[in-house]
Amino acid sequence: MAASKDALVDPIFNNNPIALQVLGICSALAITISMAQTLVMCAAVIFVLGMSSLIISAIRHWIPINIRIIVQMIIISSLVIVVDQFLKAFAYEISKSLSVFVGLIITNCIVLGRAEAFAMQNPPWLSFLDGIGNALGYSVILILVAFIREVFGAGTLLGYPVLATVGDGGWYQTNGLLLLSPSAFFIIGLLIWVLRAWKPAQVERPEYTIAPNLQYSEHYQHSKS
Amino acid sequence: MLEAYLGLFIKAVFVENMALTFFLGMCTFIAISKRVETALGLGIAVIFVLGITVPVNNLIYNFLLREGALSWAGLSSVDLSFLGYLSYIGVIAAIVQILEMFLDRYVPALYNVLGVFLPLITVNCAILGAALFMVERDYTFGESVVFGLGAGTGWALAIVALAGVREKLKYSDVPDGLRGLGITFITVGLMSLCFMAFGGIDI
Repeated sequence: MAASKDALVDPIFNNNPIALQVLGICSALAITISMAQTLVMCAAVIFVLGMSSLIISAIRHWIPINIRIIVQMIIISSLVIVVDQFLKAFAYEISKSLSVFVGLIITNCIVLGRAEAFAMQNPPWLSFLDGIGNALGYSVILILVAFIREVFGAGTLLGYPVLATVGDGGWYQTNGLLLLSPSAFFIIGLLIWVLRAWKPAQVERPEYTIAPNLQYSEHYQHSKS
Repeated sequence: MLEAYLGLFIKAVFVENMALTFFLGMCTFIAISKRVETALGLGIAVIFVLGITVPVNNLIYNFLLREGALSWAGLSSVDLSFLGYLSYIGVIAAIVQILEMFLDRYVPALYNVLGVFLPLITVNCAILGAALFMVERDYTFGESVVFGLGAGTGWALAIVALAGVREKLKYSDVPDGLRGLGITFITVGLMSLCFMAFGGIDI
């Protein structure tokens, strides 16, 4: 029981796929401009990641080791086709605005990464939870970024006005930068900073340490002592 | 004709840069940009693979998948475009594999440089993304060749530039929590902001 709880909860903050493992950020950046798009994308990723881990884990003993990547890719892309067709049928506007990014779930490194690193070695139920957990970790970051970008960039949330913008006769001057693509990088960079300030174990080791900057008199004392 | 192709190439390299405008191939972009040499090797491999896979996927789409494409086989009402994702990724995986074996056998010098990167490229979003953009924008075969090469060049340019910045950045004193990944994201954000200056170019 503890193992399955770990598989589900651990990836959300302790081992976040985006903030720590640098996986799956391609789509994380481009579609966070509005909350509605982000929620649909997260739901799609949760479905694909959970199901692909479950299926791959269920047939893991029958997958020949040499062609496992191709088998995994076929399973993942079939699931993405299901999602894509579903969105085209029931949420056409959103699927249009997500453009190629639904298709790019296939090459989202989290999906293949979890299949390769976890589902190939673990039983189906645990793999399913691990998939869902990682997808949730991805969703948490995406939703945070989308929240900041939509609320402060456009003054709306899910299309409803939250902050009265100057354009509508209110007080809030919208921050246009947040609607441009580069802002997603800044926000994720700063979120990583926040996460690492909270959990210092994730801080990376420096490649170089800089020698202390001593005054002349201090040098003199160092050399004497 | 030539001018249109040149315009498309410039647009694919600068205005619609795969990495900095569409954020494609970000995982590899961030993970393998610590040294200029490796970044250059990976960049060349991406140009190579994009230049081949986009035109091939264009042929597959136009002669097998799109609505009415199978009329040469007497099946004019069949629309297989829902199979797109499956076929593009299959084609990409197969071509990367063939390319790897081909280079290993006939161009060992190039294989030594690119060999390690080729398997990574199968799951690079930029490769699949370019194929999907090609379908969405309905490029002809000629345009798809130019677009593939242009998108690859743009991506290579971006990763080499980032690697150059990061080589210098490792000597600087960055706050603990931002070290490594965090500061890289912010650097890429600034680069992406710079590339927006190309946005007005219209050829």
